[in-house]
Amino acid sequence: MSSPAKNRSVTQELFRKPPAMIYRWLGDRIFSTITFILGISIILITLGMAWVLFDEASPAFREFGFFGFMTGTTWDPSVQMLFGAWPFIFGTIVTSVTALGIAFFPAIAVAIYSAEYAPRWLAPIIDNLVNLIAAIPSVVIGIWGIFVLAPWLRDSVYMPLFLWADVNAPGLLPLLGNPIGYGMATATIVLALMIVPYTTALARDALIAVPKEQREASWALGATRWEVIRMASLPYARGGIMAGAILSFGRAIGETMAVAMLIGNKNTLPFSVLGAGATMPSVIINEFREAVENLHLSSLMAIGFVLFLIALTVNLIAAWISRNYSITGGSAV
Amino acid sequence: MNRSDELMMDMNPDVIQGENSVKGSSRIHMETKDLTVKYGEVTGVKDVSLKVERNRVTALIGPSGCGKTTFLRAFNRMHDLTRVARVTGQVLLDGVDVYHPDTNPVLIRRRIGMVFQKPTPFPTMSIYDNVVAGLKLVGIRKRQVLDEVCEKALRQAALFEEVKDRLKDAGGSLSGGQQQRLSIARALAVGPEVLLMDEPTSSLDPQSTSRIEELIQTLKEDVSIVIVTHNMQQAARVSDRTAFFYVGNMIEVGDTKSMFTNPKEKRTEDYITGRFG
Amino acid sequence: MMTTLKQRRIRDRIMEGLLILSTIVVLVPLVIIVFHVIVNGFGALSWEFFTEELGSPSRAMQGRPTGLVHTIIGTIVVDFMALILAVPVGIGAGVMLSEYPDHKMNPMLRVMNDTLNGMPAVLKGLLAFVLIVKPMGTFSGISGAVALAFVMLPIIARTTESALMSIPWTIREAGLAIGLPRWRVILSTVMPAAKTGLVTGTLIAFARAVGEAAPLLFTSFGNNYLPNSWTGWLFGPVDTLPQRLYSLAISPYSEWHQMGWAAGILLLGFVVFSFIVARILTRQKFSTS
Repeated sequence: MSSPAKNRSVTQELFRKPPAMIYRWLGDRIFSTITFILGISIILITLGMAWVLFDEASPAFREFGFFGFMTGTTWDPSVQMLFGAWPFIFGTIVTSVTALGIAFFPAIAVAIYSAEYAPRWLAPIIDNLVNLIAAIPSVVIGIWGIFVLAPWLRDSVYMPLFLWADVNAPGLLPLLGNPIGYGMATATIVLALMIVPYTTALARDALIAVPKEQREASWALGATRWEVIRMASLPYARGGIMAGAILSFGRAIGETMAVAMLIGNKNTLPFSVLGAGATMPSVIINEFREAVENLHLSSLMAIGFVLFLIALTVNLIAAWISRNYSITGGSAV
Repeated sequence: MNRSDELMMDMNPDVIQGENSVKGSSRIHMETKDLTVKYGEVTGVKDVSLKVERNRVTALIGPSGCGKTTFLRAFNRMHDLTRVARVTGQVLLDGVDVYHPDTNPVLIRRRIGMVFQKPTPFPTMSIYDNVVAGLKLVGIRKRQVLDEVCEKALRQAALFEEVKDRLKDAGGSLSGGQQQRLSIARALAVGPEVLLMDEPTSSLDPQSTSRIEELIQTLKEDVSIVIVTHNMQQAARVSDRTAFFYVGNMIEVGDTKSMFTNPKEKRTEDYITGRFG
Repeated sequence: MMTTLKQRRIRDRIMEGLLILSTIVVLVPLVIIVFHVIVNGFGALSWEFFTEELGSPSRAMQGRPTGLVHTIIGTIVVDFMALILAVPVGIGAGVMLSEYPDHKMNPMLRVMNDTLNGMPAVLKGLLAFVLIVKPMGTFSGISGAVALAFVMLPIIARTTESALMSIPWTIREAGLAIGLPRWRVILSTVMPAAKTGLVTGTLIAFARAVGEAAPLLFTSFGNNYLPNSWTGWLFGPVDTLPQRLYSLAISPYSEWHQMGWAAGILLLGFVVFSFIVARILTRQKFSTS
């Protein structure tokens, strides 16, 4: 916007107008320019995040190679100074997929109950309570997990399971791992609870949006209540349901504090079901403050970059699914 | 077995597609007695007693808001789904009250089908699956049976020739008129004796409208039809008997030709000649 | 073989039972969590809690006065600084998306905003670390504010766009018709009309940020003491509730654990309070519009 020709025409414009018009035109110009600068900042920040993370990560990528880093299974900041991200990628994927698997059906069930069954006074209460779950800070869930859930799980579920396997199925023991309560299973369970609200909210909105004519057509065919939901409502709402599931998954992979507090923080594979593990966010939290060596820091940044890529991919998939699978073409999801 | 037993029991496998061995035979197929429908304080329909003849087309006409759709929906207990609606009076199907406490509305709605103003194919299902949707509800899964019923229903709805090569296409891929005929086929597939039609052509173009009007003439051989229409000319074209509704009351009912040429009530005459509505 | 009506009705009942059961299973943990937080933390909410600094672990272990006053103030300072940074940018972006719908950057802005929204908060902390902490050479309240601003931004942008778009076009036409320039129309007619939505969106973003610990662990870092001067809040490490809760919870001292629960009460209380206020505001908007 600073070529001489353009500047000349701008000032020409400026002088061509009477003062009142200048006020309007100048005002509009200044306002819109400020607005655009502020808006564009968001673009810059997002791109900046990608750039900065990559830049900080490059020493690690140069040292180990991009794919070497992603697939490397040794993470040793003390002796060998060898950094491979695979344990954390594995941990993130396993915990997130499992958490979604645990959370999906209950979350849809709550959405169906709220949208189709609950009495008019009860539905908003349920919706608000579910949203409240999402609003609880992750650290609060974390401290509850440390002092309440994990000990309970250890005493009521893990230990009995471990003792049973010790007697009846000793081959399972390595897979089960150490039942101290802080580990993959506990973190996954807590994660499942935390991601329910995202699926429920979107699924419920999608169910409410099903046109009543669709439902009436099912009723008129002689369907029972559940059959109407299965025949007319759920298929119509599938876009929203899928979007909700993907959104939940996206939250799961990025969930940091509660997972870090409950997962036991073991950096080496193999992970076991009950025993300690790690995820990408959890290792960043656990090691960043103590990381002194440049290669260590750079490797942690590299993990951040990988996390960025995965989160980006999940978001893009979510947008794509929402566009292609919802009946209304993605606008109302 | 008598009619009331049958209404209360499970559906007999023979009772599909009109091979209805227990069909009643009297001229009056359905009848309402002092039917009143209230939404909270507001009365939608008041004390209407109407007889619906077997294998005939009965049209319900009147200005908008006069209660004709409310009245129609009482036939297959669609008001059960609305919390504030209260229905009093009787609706008899071959002499048996549809609102009897022992009858199950799910069964009623297989005997009495309904087609709505907006065509509503299930968008995630194919044409084939749409037509047989009602059958699958009852657990009929044998491919052969479904194929036969599907073809028969589509023929009855005058749609078969147009879609026979693309039964697997999505239900939403048809034109408006075709979608409505698909909805009709879907309703017919479960073998109802009565078909309720709530302004079935008001969202369609004239060509599709006349196709469906032709269709109604052939359909009445299989089912008794009650059609709500805001289009008087349509009522005159397709129906055998017509009932005129005004502000929740049935003002006059009679043979269509006589009603349009020589209405007995002044309000009927005013409506028919276009003085209001 | 047909499914009898009786079978279908039984299936209907079973499904309804499962749905109710699932709802209970999902909601019961919420109640349990709130219960435990209140019961376990209540005892630590003393006068000292609100007036003393944390100090070293020996303070708590020896029963000397200790508290989280520096944490509470730190949270307020850092979060409000974040708000000051995030609100103009977020509202600016929202205005751009809503009021200048033809701007060619808009599609990209929307995608970028959604992307930023979906990014884990820990990455936003890393970004602020590189941008602010590294050049400054120290952990600071400002870097924490910047990190939290990154968290708030996309939420504010999205809710602002939504709030402005819900204002009917006729309001803008009326403004233009009486001769107001475009910027006045936006500023003086559209935005005031949308103020409930704008405030609610900001409140939601603020409440989200208040609960975030991850981005603060490597920006404001934490402090067991009050800063020495007022500049310390900006340019030196600062304690904040979520980050302190984390540290207390993973520490080996049971006295600190109890203070952690108490910090949880504060956070939970604030979150629930904002939630209720946001709901009230939203309902108000619908009843007066």
